[in-house]
This record gives sequence, structure tokens and C-alpha cells, in this order.
Amino acid sequence: MSEAAVAGSLPVVDWLKLPEGEDPYLEGHKCGDCGAIFLGVRSVCSKCGARDKLAPTKLANKGKLYSYSIVYRSFPGIEVPYISAVVDLEGGGTIKGNLIGVEPDPENLKFDMPVEVVYRDALGRKDADGNSYISYFFQPA
Amino acid sequence: MSDVYIMGVDMIKFGRFPDKTVPQLGAQAALMALDDAGLTIHDMQALYCGNLGQANAMVGQRILQEIGQTGIGVVNCANACATGATAFREAWMSIKAGINDVVLAVGVEQMGKGLLGGAGGGAGIPKEGLLGSGTMPAVFAEAGLEHSRKYGTTFEQFAKVSVKNHHHSTLNPKAMYQIETPLDVVMNAEMISYPNTKLMCSVNVDGAAAAVLVSEKKARELGMQRAVRVRASILTSDPYSDRDLVMPDVNAVTRKAAAEAWEMAGCGPDDINLVELHDCFATAEILHYENLGLCKDGEAGRMIDEGEVALGGRVPVNVSGGLLSKGHPLGATGIANIYEVSTHLRGEAGKRQVEGAKLGLTHVIGLGSACAIHVLEKVS
Repeated sequence: MSEAAVAGSLPVVDWLKLPEGEDPYLEGHKCGDCGAIFLGVRSVCSKCGARDKLAPTKLANKGKLYSYSIVYRSFPGIEVPYISAVVDLEGGGTIKGNLIGVEPDPENLKFDMPVEVVYRDALGRKDADGNSYISYFFQPA
Repeated sequence: MSDVYIMGVDMIKFGRFPDKTVPQLGAQAALMALDDAGLTIHDMQALYCGNLGQANAMVGQRILQEIGQTGIGVVNCANACATGATAFREAWMSIKAGINDVVLAVGVEQMGKGLLGGAGGGAGIPKEGLLGSGTMPAVFAEAGLEHSRKYGTTFEQFAKVSVKNHHHSTLNPKAMYQIETPLDVVMNAEMISYPNTKLMCSVNVDGAAAAVLVSEKKARELGMQRAVRVRASILTSDPYSDRDLVMPDVNAVTRKAAAEAWEMAGCGPDDINLVELHDCFATAEILHYENLGLCKDGEAGRMIDEGEVALGGRVPVNVSGGLLSKGHPLGATGIANIYEVSTHLRGEAGKRQVEGAKLGLTHVIGLGSACAIHVLEKVS
């Protein structure tokens, strides 16, 4: 668990799990009929249409860089540049997030480079009630 | 079932018209298309209107309040960047179904400036720049780099798309811009989302386009000289693919539409003389050469390198200037593309005319996703 993950922080998305006294993890929902993996709770599989076959599954914290973009222009107040990365996780599931710990330069980014999922404070962002959040990030493994 | 024909079609010059309303812009294009067909609003049996920004505000009815409240049925459509093409297709279907003989389709949009998209709204904190980027330049950059990982497609090859389309637009007086952008200018423009520079992003503009569609019976009555036959009209949504919900898959949705279009039209990509496809970003255009079957998988980079998709090449793509330079008013784009191809089939495209054009294809994608393809044919 990262030093920044302070008690009382909320998960950035509902499929980021913060079990008390244990390491955070990402949760997928896997279809018992066709094996498709989704992020977030759902009851119907959009690959095969099976109903009530989706069960929670812990996603891996390791994966490979599938694709990316280096973002230089974003909305006001968003710090740039940053790497928007699409990562295929070991054992299934694809997630998108910021790739940190590497200079944002195409020279440093190789397709299929191994990355790990790490959990940090959500760049200091707080909601209207002043709550802080834990997010996931990728960094080169 | 009756064949369906385009009897009138036109678009306003794309630009920025802050002093006009959305219905006023739509009305302008509607009147131009009616004039082109030699008909009036009193001849129309229905109106199919495409607009995204005011999707809940009865734009079609407000257009009729500008040009003639005849009491006909109006359908207002919203389908992201496939909005205009969806309205056109609804009009086509009503004739196919034998419900109508003469209908009007209008696509219109007024755009602000700046970025579209954004990652994950909802409760909590903003996700943009935290869980990657949902801005359109980034989303289509990721889709482009997926092509790079498969085939080694380069930043320079993506940039060449912009050079080509900006060049084409210098021949199109209705395009937003008529400016040459050499390769070094495109590549050295402000980087928005690598590998898309500012000149590799479509231009947010205001615009409107409209078409009058008729049944075969009505077309014969009016005269076929300038008629354009709709050989195929296809609409798809994104079929399941492994990464689609995280990284929108613009390929599968287009490939499905293309396969269905060839089947309906009874022809194939080798028969097509020109294509207007959805170059919302330079990276996107490269993908669609392969998705539409204009070349084999992995050959898109070669196609742009060798000029096969430039005016005068084997299959010119986006001779209008495309979304990159003609501009991309979301709801109008799908009908503006149909205007462009129809104008070539009629032999009326002036300096940018694709000589001898008999068959053309239009393609749009609305992210989320919707894909519409139309195959159009010269009649006489």
C-alpha cells in the first residue's frame, strides 16, 4: 500500500477496492458463460447476453502497455503533459489510466512494455465535500 | 421496394456564424436543397432533422417555422457524429417502406471552439488527466497508435493525411479553410495529443447540409438527369470487442457496416471512385482505408505514401478537404459528405472533380458508437 493512501480516502471508481488492512485492488466482473471481463458491477454480459452469470474477480496488478497517447492539451486546470495509457492486465481485463514514472516521450514508450498498477492519492483532487481519493496509476515494471 | 434517389442536395459554406441560430442555418441549407431539386417545402411529406447540440429542442420543427409550417411529420435525430447520416437514413427508410415519395433530410450544427470529450464524469472528482484522457484527440491518438503497434505506421504517415486533405480543401470553396499545409507545418504544429497535432484535428465549425430524397416513381416524374441513386444505406453500432468499453473500437463498427454496405449495394471497394470518410483526426483516416477495404490490412501507410488516396490517385479520399479542413459540424457532417459525393457523381465538382465518377461512398462514425455508410451511384 502506498504511503499516500491515507485512511478515510475514497476510491476514484467503484471498481477500485480498498479493503481495510489489505492491499487495494481492482475488481472486474467476469461472465461465467463466455469469460468476458467488465469493469464495474453489471448483471448482463454484453458479449454473449448471459444474465446473472457475472461474478466479481480480482484483476491483476501487472500488465502490458497496449496503446497510449501523450496529452499536451486538456481541459483548464488539468496538468499536462501526461501519458494516457491503455493496459491489458495479466489474466484478462483492459483498463485506461495515467502512466507515471517515465518521461512523456514516444522514445520511452514501447508497445507491450510491462507495467504495474500502483495506488496513490488522486493528484490532490477533492470532491465538493472535501473528501480525498485514491486512484490507480501505471508505472514501468 | 422502390429505389431511392437524391434529387436535391446542398450545403452552406462551413464557417462560424455566431449571429445565426441553429434553425436558421438548417433552414438555409434546406432551401438550397429544395431549390436544387426544383421543389418547395409544400412538396415535402416529412422532415428528418439531425442535430446534436440541441437534441432536445425540436430543431426540425423550428426549421419549418423558418421556411414553411406545412404540418408534416418531423423526426429529430441525435447519434453523435453519425447524426446527419442517421437523419438521411431515416428519410431513406420512409421511402423504402413506401410511406413517403418525397422527403427532406437536414443536418445542422453550431459548435463552440475547443476540445470535445473528457474522461468519466459522474460522482466524486474529475477523472480527466487522472484515469488517462477521454478527450477526442487522445482517444483517436490511441486508436491510431494501435495501428502503429500492428503495422509500424509512423507519425509522418498520419501527418500526410492532413497535408492531403488540406490540399484538397484549397479546391473547395465551401470548406472552412483553403490553406496548404506542408508536411513540416503539420508535424510542427502544436501537439494536442501525440501523434495528433493541431492540424491533424478536425475543425469545429458551424454548418448545415440538406438533401431531398424521392422514390423511383417521383424521380421519373421529375427527370433523372441529375439524380443520384442510393445503392446502400447502412447503420451499425459497436459490436462487442475486448477493449471497446475502455478504448472505443472504431474499426469493428466500420468493418461491419462496410460488409453490409457491399452486400446491399452489390458491389465492392474496387468499384468505388471516391470516398468521403470520417477523418475526425488524421489518425482515424488511416484506419478506415483498411476498414472500408480500400486496401488490405497493413497497407494504409503505403496508400498515403504513394498518393493513392489523393485527388488523381486510385481512390481519392476526402477530396472535399474532409473534416480536417472542410470542417466538422457534427450533425451536418453526414449529409455534407453525401453532398460532396453526389456533386462528383453529377460531374459538378469543378476543380476537384474526380473524373468519370460513377460510384462513391460516404462514411461517418459517432463515438459511442454509431457508423453509417452510404453507397451512391450516378444515374445517367
